[in-house]
Amino acid sequence: MAAPKIAIIDYGMGNLRSVMNAFREVKGEASIETDPERLADYTGILLPGVGAFEEAIASLRKSGMADALDMQRRTGKSILGICLGMQLMCRSSQENGLHEGLGWIDAAVNPIPPKGVKIPHIGWNDLMITREHVLVRDLPPSPDVYFVHSYRVECADPQDVIATCHHGEPFCVMFARDNVQGIQFHPEKSQQVGLKILSNFVESLA
Amino acid sequence: MRKTRLIAVLVVRDGQVVQSVRFKHTNVIHYDPVHAMECFNKWAVDEIVILNVSRDAESRDKFAEIVGNICSDCFVPVTVGGWITDVDYASRMLRSGADKLCLNTVFHTAPELVTRISRRYGRQCIVASIDIKRAEDGLASVYVDRGRIDTRVAPLDWARRAVELGAGEIFFNSIDHDGNRKGYDLESLQQICNGVEVPVIAFGGVFRWDHLAEGVTAGADAVAAANIFHYTEHSAKKAKKFLFNAGYPVRSN
Repeated sequence: MAAPKIAIIDYGMGNLRSVMNAFREVKGEASIETDPERLADYTGILLPGVGAFEEAIASLRKSGMADALDMQRRTGKSILGICLGMQLMCRSSQENGLHEGLGWIDAAVNPIPPKGVKIPHIGWNDLMITREHVLVRDLPPSPDVYFVHSYRVECADPQDVIATCHHGEPFCVMFARDNVQGIQFHPEKSQQVGLKILSNFVESLA
Repeated sequence: MRKTRLIAVLVVRDGQVVQSVRFKHTNVIHYDPVHAMECFNKWAVDEIVILNVSRDAESRDKFAEIVGNICSDCFVPVTVGGWITDVDYASRMLRSGADKLCLNTVFHTAPELVTRISRRYGRQCIVASIDIKRAEDGLASVYVDRGRIDTRVAPLDWARRAVELGAGEIFFNSIDHDGNRKGYDLESLQQICNGVEVPVIAFGGVFRWDHLAEGVTAGADAVAAANIFHYTEHSAKKAKKFLFNAGYPVRSN
C-alpha cells in the first residue's frame, strides 16, 4: 500500500511550517493544501490553527473549505485538529462573541475560568490520558506537553474525551469521535512526546 | 501541574547571535543562529525566544529567513520579536514557524495594531516585551525602540495597558540588568507579576542558577536567560536540575 498522504489545510492562518516539519520528522508525507477540491486526493487531513475563532471559521467558510472538509468527514476520512483546529470542530465558541463552529463534536468552546491561575494557559503541563486511543498509544505516563490557549473545549459527551489536563481545574485537551480527533496542545512543539502522537496519527492512516 | 519554563533567548543582530550588555552588542557569540539553536534544543530548554535587535528595519528579511531556518528543525515553541510593525510581517513570522509574537515599540507607536494582531491571532499569540530602566533617583520607566526612547510610563501601568490592548503574556527585561550578571530586577518584576493576570517571563541579568529561582519566587511564570546558555556547557540541563532540586516543577520528558 502507498504511504498515507496528509493534507495540512491552509486557510491563511496558523503555523503551517512547524506542522510540516514535524510530519517530515516522523516520516509522514504531508503537504500544504489550499484547494478544497483536492481533499479527496489525501488519506488524512490535518486542520491546524493559531488564531482567533471568528476569523478562522469565516475564512474556512468563504473558501468553501468548510463544506469540503465536512464532505470528507462524511466519507470517513480521518481528520485531526490541532489547537484552534480542534476548537473549530466544535459546535460553537464564545471567543469574541458567540460563533458557530463546524459542529462535528458536541462541544462548546469557553474561556478558561481564572480560578487562581494565569490566563492564557501557556507552558508545559501534564497530559492525563483518560481512555485508550490510537493517538496516545505508547506514551510515557502523564507526559508534559506544550499548551498556549485562552479557551477550552467542553464536551457534552464525556466518552469523546481521550485526555485532560489540570489548570485551575481539569478539562478536555484531546477528543475523538469516529474519524474526527482534536488536540488542544501543540504536538509539533512538544518534542519527543508530540512527535510520537503525530507518528501515531500517521500510522493510524496506513 | 504547570511547569516552570526555562527559556533560552537568542539575541540576533544583523544575522548573528550577539551578547547583549545593557542593550549594547560588542561580542558575536555565534555566526550562525541555527547552530546556536541546535545546542539549546538538545539541551532541553522549554522554549526559545529569538529577538532581532538590529538597528534598522532593513534587517527584517534576513531575520525572517533565520526564523524559518531555526524553526525547520526545532520542536519546542518559538517566540520572535523585533521590527514587527505590520500585520503582513507578523503573519510572515508565524508562517515561518513562530508560535508567538513579541511586540515592543508598537505598543507605543501603534497600539491599535497590537489589538488588530491580537484579534486576528488570539491574545495567546501576543507577548508584550517591556524594557525598563531606572533613573538616577531609582524610579523605573518603560523604554521602547531598542531602549532608545523613554516613554516615562511606570512599568506596572504599561503592563496593564499592554494586557488591555491584547497581550497574553509579558516578557520583562531591564536595560540596567541586561548582561550585567546581578540577576533580574526583582522589584519591578514582582510588581508586574502581582499586578497582571497573564503569565510573565523574567529576563535580563542571569549569571548564576539561583537567579532563576529568584525570578520564580518573584512570581515569574517562566525564567529566561541568554549569555549564560552560550557560555556554560549543558547549561539548560544544569539549570533544570538546579530548579528541580530547589523544589520547582520542571518538564521531565
